[in-house]
Amino acid sequence: MSRKTLSRKVSRRTLLAGSAAGAAAALARFPSPAIAQAAPIKIGLLTVKTGPLAQGGIQMEQGALTYLKETNYTMAGRKVDFVSADTGGAPAGAKTKVQELVERDKVDVVIGPLAAFELYAINDYVQQHKMPTLSLAAADNLTQRTPNPYLIRASATSSQAMQPLGHYAATEMKLKRVVALADDLAFGYEEIGGFQAAFEKDGGCLVGKLWPPLTTPDYTPYVAQIADCDGVCQGFAGSNPLRFMKAYADAGMKYPVVTGEVGGDDALLKSFGNEALGLVSCCPYSLDLESAANTRFIDAMVKNFNAIPGFYSAGIYVNCQVIEAGLKATGGDIGDKDKFMAALRAVSLTDTPRGPIKFDHFGNVVGTFCIRHCGTEGAKYGLKLWNKVVKIYHNVSQFWTWPEQDFLAHPVYSRDYPPLRKC
Amino acid sequence: MTFWLLLTVNSITFGGLLFLLSAGFSLIFGLMRIPNLTHGSMFMVGAYLGTSLLGGTSGFTLNFWVAALIAAVEVAILGALMERLLLRRLAGQQLAQVLVTLGVSFMAADLCLMGWGGDPISVATPPHLAGFVRVDGAAFPLYRMAVILIAVVFAVALWLMLERTRLGAMIRAGVDDPQMARVVGIRVSQLFTIVFALGAGLAGFAGIISGPILSVYPGLDQDMLPLALVVVILGGTGSLLGSFVGSIIVGFIYNFGQALLPELAYFVLFLPMVLVLVLRPQGLFGGQIL
Repeated sequence: MSRKTLSRKVSRRTLLAGSAAGAAAALARFPSPAIAQAAPIKIGLLTVKTGPLAQGGIQMEQGALTYLKETNYTMAGRKVDFVSADTGGAPAGAKTKVQELVERDKVDVVIGPLAAFELYAINDYVQQHKMPTLSLAAADNLTQRTPNPYLIRASATSSQAMQPLGHYAATEMKLKRVVALADDLAFGYEEIGGFQAAFEKDGGCLVGKLWPPLTTPDYTPYVAQIADCDGVCQGFAGSNPLRFMKAYADAGMKYPVVTGEVGGDDALLKSFGNEALGLVSCCPYSLDLESAANTRFIDAMVKNFNAIPGFYSAGIYVNCQVIEAGLKATGGDIGDKDKFMAALRAVSLTDTPRGPIKFDHFGNVVGTFCIRHCGTEGAKYGLKLWNKVVKIYHNVSQFWTWPEQDFLAHPVYSRDYPPLRKC
Repeated sequence: MTFWLLLTVNSITFGGLLFLLSAGFSLIFGLMRIPNLTHGSMFMVGAYLGTSLLGGTSGFTLNFWVAALIAAVEVAILGALMERLLLRRLAGQQLAQVLVTLGVSFMAADLCLMGWGGDPISVATPPHLAGFVRVDGAAFPLYRMAVILIAVVFAVALWLMLERTRLGAMIRAGVDDPQMARVVGIRVSQLFTIVFALGAGLAGFAGIISGPILSVYPGLDQDMLPLALVVVILGGTGSLLGSFVGSIIVGFIYNFGQALLPELAYFVLFLPMVLVLVLRPQGLFGGQIL
């Protein structure tokens, strides 16, 4: 908090200084556009700092602040004013807060929100107000069948990581029959749908889908239903992966478990115990990826917040990199929203913590996804467990290996799509 | 077969945890006539305090059971303070008291978030209970068996306390008829503090005991409070026997409902509550404390 207020103060002071300088210059040669140029760019972060989703939301803010500190609150030569809003992790809160950011704080660009249902809640509003929005939330259809032209997603769709995971489970782990469990909401359906489609494409078979409610204190009743399979796929989010893996190990289950970006997130490593050993996950971001950009990012996160980053903080950090690249392309001009959006979509970066990224024509990321095995080998930063990268999929698009029009011809992944088949 | 065994054992374990949570809830409800909506927070705070005592934040490591008892005492003290400093000032205004407990539960949730952060904390199973009992191919974690034992021990202890001690007699009198109890010279207001502290302590104890099963995370309070509410409405307020039977019933409904009718898990859980409210509003054992 204090950091935020400080940044605000600083930027307000620079704003004053900037305007004073502009006014002085105006007396000399009347360059009024220079005043507009000197005004800081306002970035609004929609995040969650209270309630059950706060864990990821706080990491999001840490990711943004890490980037801004690194660049000294400057992007493409312009000062940055940063405002953070707490939605409480609810659609109604997201709606109110985005209105506040747009109408009261007059932000130029929005980063966030965290959850898919929040993104659905603000989708119409940001379209009406032509507000460039860099989402972390993964609601598949907003970059697929009902695209929002003002949306850019540098993280992933819900199913994007699950499709290479399905391929890996079928071809390298040689799994044949898998039972899937996920939170009973759109994110879970889309994750499992993506896994199922890719897994079955390569010869696997999904034999069951279970949807525990989001707030399930004890997963044992669901674990008891896992049978007639040789592997398990879990699509849980927040703290649920922790409890699921615990209940799974407590019941003496031994089938290998595979999961997506939030089910095996690196930020969970410090909370997991031995029950997570052997967990296979696919994530757009990995601590284990060795690159200068990633090392710089991790070191800064540890130094600033004493926090080990994961998917959430890396996602927002990359979003900030995308904004800066877009601004550079427009020469620091963010006034013309359509021009700015076009610049954002054309962004192609190589030095992000998650590896090279670019965007498809819907504004969704095409990038690197890693398969990781959870073990103790190579653990760093004081962690006992480590997600070791065992395979890297390059240039993964939201459509996986299907042609775009074939992918878009079938309905969005849901509770019942793809349907279970006899096998 | 394994499926049924696993679920049965798990139902009883979960029932045991619910009993520890809801026994105090029920007594407070019976005596003070208010649903204490901070009860879920007490559960969560107990769990968080326990994790700190178990190592990490406070710099030293305690034995699991010692940590659990200390956490329970700490939460009991918090409960007593809350009763003395807040609820006492609103004596007789039940609506205001309920609203205060609701408000405090939100504040407690945010304070926990500040103090312990948003990351879920997993609690290691005490090493001597980390193994399994294997029966017929199914594995039953020793720890869950131990939780059943603890719940039974507490149930017996509470029963003895209520049945055989002077304090128990006073609590029973207070639940039965507070005015009359006052007339015969029982300091009912002091009882309020004692029962509130006892209930809070039990909830805190349940919180840390459930740590190895549920882990500790923001939102734990709101996951548990409705379950305690169902137990108490089923069993009847102010009834120890009611909360015991209610806990076991809810444990079974919760586990088997989710396994057999996953689509209707919550419907099945709350249906008995609705039926009891309509057909027998005092609960299965309402009016009998033991």
